[in-house]
Amino acid sequence: MIGVLSELSYWQVTSIRVGAGLVAVLLVAGTLVYAHLFKMVSFMQSRLGPMEAGPYGSLQLMAEIGKFLQKEDIVPRRADRFVFKAAPFVVLTSTFLLLVVLPGGPDAWFISNDLGIYLAMAVSSVSVIGILMAGWGSASKYSLLGGLRATGQLIAYELPLLLAVVGVVIQAETMNLQEIVLAQANGEIFGWGAIGNPFIITQFAGFIIFMIAMQAELTQTPFDMPVAESELVTGYMTEYSGLRFLLFFIGEFATAGVFSAIAAVLFLGGWYVPGLDPADNLFNVIGPLVLFGKVVVLTFLVFWVRFTFPRFREDQLQRLAWKFLVPLALANIVVTGVLKVVV
Amino acid sequence: MSGQQARAARERSEQERAADASRAGSTVSFRPVSEFLRTYLTVGIFGALGAVIVAALLGAGRILRPSRPTPAKVENYESGVDPIGDMWSQANIRYYVFALLFVLFDVEAVFIFPWAARLEAYALFGLVEMAIFIFILLLGLLYAWRKRMLRWV
Repeated sequence: MIGVLSELSYWQVTSIRVGAGLVAVLLVAGTLVYAHLFKMVSFMQSRLGPMEAGPYGSLQLMAEIGKFLQKEDIVPRRADRFVFKAAPFVVLTSTFLLLVVLPGGPDAWFISNDLGIYLAMAVSSVSVIGILMAGWGSASKYSLLGGLRATGQLIAYELPLLLAVVGVVIQAETMNLQEIVLAQANGEIFGWGAIGNPFIITQFAGFIIFMIAMQAELTQTPFDMPVAESELVTGYMTEYSGLRFLLFFIGEFATAGVFSAIAAVLFLGGWYVPGLDPADNLFNVIGPLVLFGKVVVLTFLVFWVRFTFPRFREDQLQRLAWKFLVPLALANIVVTGVLKVVV
Repeated sequence: MSGQQARAARERSEQERAADASRAGSTVSFRPVSEFLRTYLTVGIFGALGAVIVAALLGAGRILRPSRPTPAKVENYESGVDPIGDMWSQANIRYYVFALLFVLFDVEAVFIFPWAARLEAYALFGLVEMAIFIFILLLGLLYAWRKRMLRWV
């Protein structure tokens, strides 16, 4: 595989990677919308969900896109037109940039960069600007409040998210996501290395903090105050209709998939399954599928929580972040550091 | 006649020069862009791709969708009632303290990540150093807590 890739020029390799990234993000977002939003929530609520478009309603999303493409494009009269139209671009571009750090196999990666997870965390915070732009540009009182709420929430939960990752970085001794996977594949838990060292075991506190903060970053229930329909109509999306609304909506699911993939790489061993040689060429083929399987499991958790819990109050949200998650994440860093140096 | 020949010769020589240049580029191991920068070029390409997909979808929609704006239709929706007053109205947002705290901890993350990746090399010295750093930051958080800045009032 390395031989095949190294013979190609940079542009050819990059075209392959771009194609793979395109397929990955569309496939993952499509599957998540169908499996989790259309079907899982339906079964949880004792109904069948979409059944007409395609076998078991599997083409429902295509039908939805076809419908939304034909909807009239309405920009509110008083809106700041440029900011209003630019906001979906910012949000979706930041999602696409997140994808770039994910490794799918020993040679199946988009970039192999030593900044890795740090780059991902930096890029993920760009979507805050997009959401604030949507809230501001809409020129609607509810949109503005929703946008500001979203900003306050996303910056509050970015800290636990960042600090939970530090524990993993200490254990893996690198920020490169590819090497984090290898560190888990070749690792040992206090001398026992039969299944490697998936960091979910040795960084369990970090994993829990990461998942809670991720839920908030994705503004999924119980952290969906920015789009609380009983208080703010639909928050920063109120004035959006038709295709632009669909873009925000799909972006939400794509971001859920990409964030879950980052969590899978950090804590569940990414594309690696125990019992095989991580340098095996086989992983270039099954690696992306393994990663996809882990993503489906993690997003299942995210949406399970989403459809089960009621919404928190806004003051409880900030309290949980600042008084509980941040100190806990800092304690996790210190304990991990001590264990790393002393043991 | 001679003019045509001269032009043809000129074109031929240009083609040859271009071919020579491309051959030289492929054989000589001169790399104008380093691997490091190429990595970020890939990142840039993915960013551009995200924007292109959005633009393509919106462009496809532009072809397919109708456009019949009426005064009532382009009015801001808000909650379904006709909007009253200024849209960018003032609201007590209570976030500036959180924003300040965020800056405090975000800068910390810049320092803490390189430290975390090299902890094995720094060993005990690095550990004590970072413990002091985190302690000072925690004091800042405790101060805000004690001053009741973290309450939603």
